[in-house]
Amino acid sequence: MSAVAAHFSYWVTLFLMIAGLYILIARGNLMKKLIGLGVFQTSVYLLYIAPGKLVGGTAPIVAAGFTTYSNPLPHVLILTAIVVGVATLALGLAITVRIREAYGTIEEDEILERDRTGER
Amino acid sequence: MAVTVLAMVLQRNLFSVVVLFSIYSFLMATVLVALDAVDVAMTEAAVGAGVSTVLLLGALHLTGGTEAKRLERPLVPLALAVAVGAVLAYGSLGLPSFSDPLAPIHTHVAPRYLGASVEETGVPNVVSAVLASYRGYDTLGETIVVFTAGAGVIALLRRRRKGR
Repeated sequence: MSAVAAHFSYWVTLFLMIAGLYILIARGNLMKKLIGLGVFQTSVYLLYIAPGKLVGGTAPIVAAGFTTYSNPLPHVLILTAIVVGVATLALGLAITVRIREAYGTIEEDEILERDRTGER
Repeated sequence: MAVTVLAMVLQRNLFSVVVLFSIYSFLMATVLVALDAVDVAMTEAAVGAGVSTVLLLGALHLTGGTEAKRLERPLVPLALAVAVGAVLAYGSLGLPSFSDPLAPIHTHVAPRYLGASVEETGVPNVVSAVLASYRGYDTLGETIVVFTAGAGVIALLRRRRKGR
């Protein structure tokens, strides 16, 4: 297998990770930031799941006639991560809603501006 | 999937971004099926594409509309993101290649789980066996996290109603 094909899954992961990171840093809107965080999270799912795959294998459910299975451990870890991820997303959104109530905006720079001038 | 992500970066209407995020989650679930992670794909489709979208739409209803345009060009974040990406891509060259059966991930505890879990737990689905049996405390911790997050959300939104 050539180097490109062998590492393609990592590069897809990296692209998603960087896109998430970029949204997270460059965008001032808190909702958009949370979505960027979500993209980053899904890239991590891929980072864990992709190395567990074996070509010619099947899902890790033991049955007669199959001998090769993909690795079950990353699947377990990522199941936990997905559920925890949605919990943190819910908490982040709740905080965003509260910020919106207190400041009237969810744009980062406007919030900082209001903090500086002491106006609520 | 890359197209969806790029559209998400560029789109400023937050409603479109939420819908794109939902589409992206379904695509991710499809990729996970292709990678033989059926349990994860099911969870991602239900939780990532379903529950997250509902939560985002609800929050969007409460916070409203579109994203403001930033004044300065986001050159520093772009440069930083590309730099991090370059370093990680360089690092990825040292990782084992895709579907290498001799990679450390396939030679550590996984063979034992695959070989002994039916005998020890009686569950043919190895993912369930590991999740509920071998790593049961992990799952207990997960439920504590979810409970804490739920309690936090309730605390935040109840204060709001009292304040009015």
